[in-house]
Amino acid sequence: MAEEKKPKVLITGARGALAQQVITRMKSHFRLVIVDFRRRVVMDEDIPSYFVHITKRGFEDIFREHKIDGIIHLGRMESDESNRFSRYNANVLGTQNMLDLCIKYNVSQVLILSTFFVYGANAYNPVPLDEGAPLKASALTKNLVDTVELENLAHIYMWKHRDLNLTILRPCNIVGPGVRNSMSLLLSRKTSPVLIGFNPMMQFIHIGDIAKAIVKAYKKNTPGIYNVAPNDWVGYQDALVASGCRRIPIPSIPPVVPMTISRFLNLKSFPSYLINYFKYPAIIDGSLFAKTFNFKPSRGLDYIFQHYRRKKSKKPID
Amino acid sequence: MGVRSILKKMLVSPELEKQVANIKKPVGVYGYDPWGYHTDTFMVALSIFKKMFDNYFRVESHGLENVPDEGRAMVIANHSGQLPMDGIMIGIAIATRDHAPRAARAMVERFFPTVPFIGNFLNQVGAVIGDPVNCVKMLQNDEVIVVFPEGVRGSGKPYRKKYQLQRFGNGFMHIAIANKTPIIPVGVVGCEETIPSLGDIKPLAKLIGIPYVPIAFPLPLPAKVILNFGEPMVFEGDIDNEKSVTEKVETVKNEIRRLIKKGRSERKGVFYG
Repeated sequence: MAEEKKPKVLITGARGALAQQVITRMKSHFRLVIVDFRRRVVMDEDIPSYFVHITKRGFEDIFREHKIDGIIHLGRMESDESNRFSRYNANVLGTQNMLDLCIKYNVSQVLILSTFFVYGANAYNPVPLDEGAPLKASALTKNLVDTVELENLAHIYMWKHRDLNLTILRPCNIVGPGVRNSMSLLLSRKTSPVLIGFNPMMQFIHIGDIAKAIVKAYKKNTPGIYNVAPNDWVGYQDALVASGCRRIPIPSIPPVVPMTISRFLNLKSFPSYLINYFKYPAIIDGSLFAKTFNFKPSRGLDYIFQHYRRKKSKKPID
Repeated sequence: MGVRSILKKMLVSPELEKQVANIKKPVGVYGYDPWGYHTDTFMVALSIFKKMFDNYFRVESHGLENVPDEGRAMVIANHSGQLPMDGIMIGIAIATRDHAPRAARAMVERFFPTVPFIGNFLNQVGAVIGDPVNCVKMLQNDEVIVVFPEGVRGSGKPYRKKYQLQRFGNGFMHIAIANKTPIIPVGVVGCEETIPSLGDIKPLAKLIGIPYVPIAFPLPLPAKVILNFGEPMVFEGDIDNEKSVTEKVETVKNEIRRLIKKGRSERKGVFYG
């Protein structure tokens, strides 16, 4: 395809390890424009790069300067970043600003990366949670309100503005090289906390596989809400052991005790508002995505945990 | 080596390992399924409870061939004995039968997952919380599910009400019809006498957030247990109203009553045999 005929795609959150992988996989098929809200990202010379916050007026300049055909919105602030007010501002109000600009400038496709956190980890969760399950995370803690609100907002735009062809992906724990979320940090450490008497089931997807999933979803453009998870499961404590971590037991009852310990010790990778995720399962059903997009992760749990073991022993990583 | 591996090495015989290997149960690379069932924990628990099954409760099972060799099924039984010993005995009987052993799943009370160690242990041996969504998803996965429609009304009842079936919930029947699932009725005899209760300390139960606290001897007594598995019952068609569902539930309840009566007549004595 001639260069000028290729669709132009804006990728947000370009600094992140996942965005870097998506950019690498997309650049031969699309003309890319990248933006990050934290710092300027230098990529290939032919990929225009912007450093502007999603809530600021300057963000609109990207739409004025480029005829954007589609957006892959990866620039969501994680639940362990900044404070909940900043996260609400960026994730909810920022996304609303972006979606309004998409309508104004006739963007025809939007893909938003959400998270399985939206379902909430609850003792009464059925297994597995499919895309129709209620989003209970904001009932657990105010720190996850922005995560659920971002989805609610996207749902409104999804039905109100069908021309946006909006797709929402809810992946399980994304881990692997370069990932700096809570779970990846826990697997990376030599010692990690566990709650005494609780070993909730978890799912992990390698960063390379979720990048592949995003590209597949964007290319096929079948709007909707999809969980993304492999068909394999492991207990949290088993995952730590397999990653070469020593488990540090923390009293689990009454619930206020682990939360207090987490706050007192300022455990960033084991924050008090995510305690329930280390106690109860939130297992998602990724079959709809797998069937719709003919997707199968290529890296299994052993491959993932081997990465963290090698990282600790400082052996070269494949 | 973890605790689980040490216990497996100490307790699991090669015969039992071979028996469990015959159970067709898809699990992930770390031995788990999505509900938390774990093959090695199941094997360890099975080897411990099988000794109780054979030597302490001296369980006799009849009609095990009525549980299908493959595909979905709901095993519906009477509930008694304060602790879920009846569920454990039914599970062991199905897992250790000579022909086509299966790992049955039990639906348990919703408070169990909140109890440290117990919740995880129950999940690892195949139990899941009694949520209709869980039940449907497991049936879609072609599992055998053990359901006690009396719930805590049955397990927590005092000894003076022994073998009197309490009210059955209708939920299992809705699920069975909607998912075209055969029902295998089971009459459990003997578990009533394992922990005879004089009553329930309700204020204490409320204080610690569990369904009941029985006034009873704290350990199960060695009552003789008899399990009678009835022939599969199939219910089909559209549901006209809740009354028609209740009538179908009564049909299952009557069959369980008959199987209990049969079991009691087969028993030579409460603690003998």
